[in-house]
Amino acid sequence: MPIEAGGKMYETDEEGYLADLNDWNPDLATAMAKADGADLDENHWEVINFLREYYEEYQIAPAVRVLTKAIGKKLGPDKGNSKYLYELFPYGPAKQACKYAGLPKPTGCV
Amino acid sequence: MSEPWEEEGPGTIKKFMYVNRKAPYGTIYALESLEVVLIAAAFEQDVSMAFLDDGVYQLKKGQDTQGIGMKNFSPTYRALEGYDVEKLYVEAESLAERGLSEDDLLVPVEVMGREALAELMDEQDVILSF
Amino acid sequence: MTMLHTVNKSPFERNTLASCLGHAKSGSAILLIEDGVFAAVKGTAHEDTVRGAVADHKVFVLGPDLLARGMRPEQVIEGISVVDYGGFVDLTEQHDKVQAWV
Repeated sequence: MPIEAGGKMYETDEEGYLADLNDWNPDLATAMAKADGADLDENHWEVINFLREYYEEYQIAPAVRVLTKAIGKKLGPDKGNSKYLYELFPYGPAKQACKYAGLPKPTGCV
Repeated sequence: MSEPWEEEGPGTIKKFMYVNRKAPYGTIYALESLEVVLIAAAFEQDVSMAFLDDGVYQLKKGQDTQGIGMKNFSPTYRALEGYDVEKLYVEAESLAERGLSEDDLLVPVEVMGREALAELMDEQDVILSF
Repeated sequence: MTMLHTVNKSPFERNTLASCLGHAKSGSAILLIEDGVFAAVKGTAHEDTVRGAVADHKVFVLGPDLLARGMRPEQVIEGISVVDYGGFVDLTEQHDKVQAWV
């Protein structure tokens, strides 16, 4: 099912993950969040941008445990814990945040 | 509620070794192995990866797959540390036959001789071959 | 009849290259592709065999497969020509037949 952002349509898979990672732009993340009934604030963006950088470096979407640890290392223990991340992304930080970041579903995420 | 793999407590941690013997891209083995390791890392076992024969080519620096239209998955080996997979063993003889040295590899590894690696294989509970 | 032989297996894993060299007529062309490109690199245990092949045949290696595997054209044994996909096509056109050693 394609998703619309900024007047353009983008292809996604059956779970809503962006088909082509190179199509990503911030408007698309906002549109995906809106479809889930969520508004993105700066804390969401911090995680989304972190995920994009992680993917750029390692070419995978991290498992939630790995994401949590890596966020803790970069942004401190207040943010590197599952409570904080699940409050931001109630559908699961790796799953939901990866989707908004335009990444594929995390490896090892069922 | 405990997960099935936690039921018997930390005393049941097993030693898993993933043995990689194939070059990347020509066959799917290297990528499959890497994906299985990343998934299995969630089960908190004692995981190591061994690279021997053409498997040492998986860790070669400077891979550039633009020309063949396949994804370059070599950067993902550098993510293994974050998944607590820190034991990467590379067979010295395999490197030497291919004119490679430790400097040609894109992640920190432990280079060891065939005999030492054989010992290490012998100590494992489970060996998975790719 | 002119023949182009292609070899797509690593010389460390299969005897594909050895078998090709055992059958390829002097002067025929050999193109190393996919995992076959490892044979083209200097400093390996197969270097002498490949140098022998270069003396007797026209040997080529497919550049994109070489780069994908982290090898650079400068590392290729002297006498082997690096070609791109266009060069691969040209080679198949220049020869009467292609024999794929797989």
